[in-house]
Amino acid sequence: MVSRRQFIKNTGKASFALWLGATSNGFANAAFITYAPSNFTPFVKIEKNGKITIFNTKPEMGQGTFQSVPALIAEELEVSLDAITIVQTSGEKQFGGGQAAGGSSSIRGNYDAYRKIGAAAKEMLIKAASVKWGIGIESCYAENGSVHSKLSKEHLSYGDLIEEASKLEVPKEPKLKNKSDFKIIGKSIQRPDVPLKVSGKAEYGIDVEVPNMVYATVFRSPVIGGTLKSFDADATLKIPGVIKVVEAKTTVGKYQYSGVAVIAKSYWSALQGRKVLKVEWETNGYENFNLSDYENKLRNLSKETGVLDKNIGNVESVKTEPGNSVESFYETPMVAHHTLEPMNCIAHVNGEMLTIWTSTQVPSAITGSGPNDLHSQIGMKPENITLHSKFIGGGFGRRLYTDYVIEAVNIAKQIEQPVKVIWSREDTTQHSAVRPMTFSQLKGGFSKEGELISFQHKVISPSYFDSVGPNFDKTKVDAIMIEGIGEQAYQIPNIKTSYVYADFHVPVAAWRSVTSSTVAFAHECFIDELAHKVKKDPLDFRLQMLDKDSDTKRVLLKLKEVSNWDKPLPKGKGRGVAQWEFFAGLCAHVVEVSVTKDNTIKIDKVYAVIDLGEVVNPDNVKNQIEGSIVMALTAAIKTGITIENGKIKQSNFHDNPMIRMHETPEIEVHILADGGKIKGVGEPGLPPFAPALANAIFSITGKRIKKMPFDLKLS
Amino acid sequence: MAIINLKINSKEYSIDVDPQMPLLWAIRDFVGLKGTKYGCGIAQCGACTVHLNGQPVRSCSLPVAAVANKNITTIEGLSDDNSHPVQKAWIEEQVPQCGYCQSGQIMAAAALLSKNASPNDADIDAAMQGHICRCGTYPRIKRAIKKASENKP
Repeated sequence: MVSRRQFIKNTGKASFALWLGATSNGFANAAFITYAPSNFTPFVKIEKNGKITIFNTKPEMGQGTFQSVPALIAEELEVSLDAITIVQTSGEKQFGGGQAAGGSSSIRGNYDAYRKIGAAAKEMLIKAASVKWGIGIESCYAENGSVHSKLSKEHLSYGDLIEEASKLEVPKEPKLKNKSDFKIIGKSIQRPDVPLKVSGKAEYGIDVEVPNMVYATVFRSPVIGGTLKSFDADATLKIPGVIKVVEAKTTVGKYQYSGVAVIAKSYWSALQGRKVLKVEWETNGYENFNLSDYENKLRNLSKETGVLDKNIGNVESVKTEPGNSVESFYETPMVAHHTLEPMNCIAHVNGEMLTIWTSTQVPSAITGSGPNDLHSQIGMKPENITLHSKFIGGGFGRRLYTDYVIEAVNIAKQIEQPVKVIWSREDTTQHSAVRPMTFSQLKGGFSKEGELISFQHKVISPSYFDSVGPNFDKTKVDAIMIEGIGEQAYQIPNIKTSYVYADFHVPVAAWRSVTSSTVAFAHECFIDELAHKVKKDPLDFRLQMLDKDSDTKRVLLKLKEVSNWDKPLPKGKGRGVAQWEFFAGLCAHVVEVSVTKDNTIKIDKVYAVIDLGEVVNPDNVKNQIEGSIVMALTAAIKTGITIENGKIKQSNFHDNPMIRMHETPEIEVHILADGGKIKGVGEPGLPPFAPALANAIFSITGKRIKKMPFDLKLS
Repeated sequence: MAIINLKINSKEYSIDVDPQMPLLWAIRDFVGLKGTKYGCGIAQCGACTVHLNGQPVRSCSLPVAAVANKNITTIEGLSDDNSHPVQKAWIEEQVPQCGYCQSGQIMAAAALLSKNASPNDADIDAAMQGHICRCGTYPRIKRAIKKASENKP
């Protein structure tokens, strides 16, 4: 049997490779075509019988990559989505380090590269047909999984051509289709995962069952930062079904934690065992930690200069007349991801071999084919790790972290069978890294003529990079924590953005749209304050600060049109606007509100405009934006995560509520896909929502909201 | 432990479990039907919704002993081929994102429509407000329920 690897032809830096698959009978009957820029390697496989498999390297967590990634390849390959089998990759080495979903990057980061995979394969198949027929390639074309001759009625299916095609050199720069010829991209085609998800057949990590499997639940320190002193498992071991009680260590960024795992024949038995487990924790002084004290600390830290981020012009040299400047301070909370599928992982350690079944945003990191590898943290060799990556019951950033996988592996090391560790909702709420709060100090100054000439935004917060890594340099800006605030398209002559680091012992995490979900609230509410200061329409005030050709201007002009901004609202109604551009993309909202008889704000309608450059599935984009607005509404008005006596106070949906159907406003989404920079879909709908809502509430109440979460019930 | 007889999707199962164990874990880990989901364990999110004698119930909060020999329907029992009007409407409206809550949402919607063939917005809100969709597909769920009510024979 010949190893596939021996057939790899490297053709220079782009590492285009053609793989001949050797099957059990030793006959090459499949071609694997890969295109591998720096960080990813998707696949196409065409078999002799005509079966076409497209390997999707981007985990599906609801954002639509199960279709959108294969769609880019299929478009250029000239096969319909109905004619392909999609296989989700699981961090296999040959697919490279880019098997990960986050940062709204799947399409925006790989739009041409994925298409080139399909286009290269198509060119090879056309070439093979032209050789077979003895005609020029210009006399051949590909359509519906076959190559056709323009000179006769002859055609050959891809399966019939694969043996010849696989002997050809892979084109380095295959020609891509014109947008006007697209049959898949830009069309709202039904997603292939939907039938699985309405029949209960979609398999999530928590649904996997493997032979001989046992279950575990973990009792972790209620006080964050507590360490395990001792445990007494006598009573636990008497519960029917309980097998073993072991220490369970894990790592969350720079933090190491220990819990106690109850392993049992069923999850229910494990839970009963945990109820009677006696554990003593060393709380290390963290039992005195209260969030309200920490928030005071952040307020005090706002007096510090901090570390400079962006410095345009010279804000210090700007002298404004008294009364021509505005200062403001905004505060936001910590929030939980609350993926509806709680954390869970099955691990099986068999000697040096490790098999993992789970839902993860980072398959590459688990198998060791990418950065932040798991293997170094669990003492296993990457080549001995096999992952089975499943549909994800919600990611939102939570499943970028592998703490729940490391913990499962450490438990599995202590028992022979495969073990499924299930976190309860309470475990998931109280022992997951949270989105950090950011506090913002803002200053703006106007010239005598009413032009905004200086703008300052200082962020005071714990540090993301300090939490996730051991060597954070506190003399430098944490780029995650000031995300976007120095990059808005507003043309203001003097801008200063800065960051004040605040020490924290609670692990913090990226949460859908990362820090933009909090700093945009401060930034865009403050822009609104500035507009009102000079008595300008808030949308016109923004437009006047934007260059003619900026994407932000294009978005706001579209929003102005679709929201009928210039048409006055009936008495008793108000509206607000906000936009945000950041690494993931660009979106803007107008929110319309009114006040109900019981003095509560009602959100009547939300208009959204998202700028994408190119769009793969418009209906899926609309679904994403609708969902982003609902999630942003939860973060804006529902209780965040708070800490009392060192413990996270919230535990489940009764005390950490989510928006429900009856609270969901009407949402109208517009997509701009007129070329230009390709932008992301999954996150940009969140950041502008809270400020647009708060600005709308100001427009009707005259009361400026400066703290999230805020109550829609007016006092 | 006790032997409990369950009737799920017209099939009978006999399992030896703690009678206090919630039906959810019996369905998932003893009967092996994984379409019914665990979300919160305290009847707050609706992901575990099944039908008990046609009524939507939270299987995470019902002791298995309390439902012995009663007619239980899970998402797998709604249809073999996504042919239930609610499933068809869910596909037409492309409702799911991550999909984890949708079994529960669909079971609730099916129960609503079996009692009320043409629900209005308020009826839908009332029937569905026990369900959380963290992805926020509520506008589509509502549209799909309306579509299913129109599609009903």
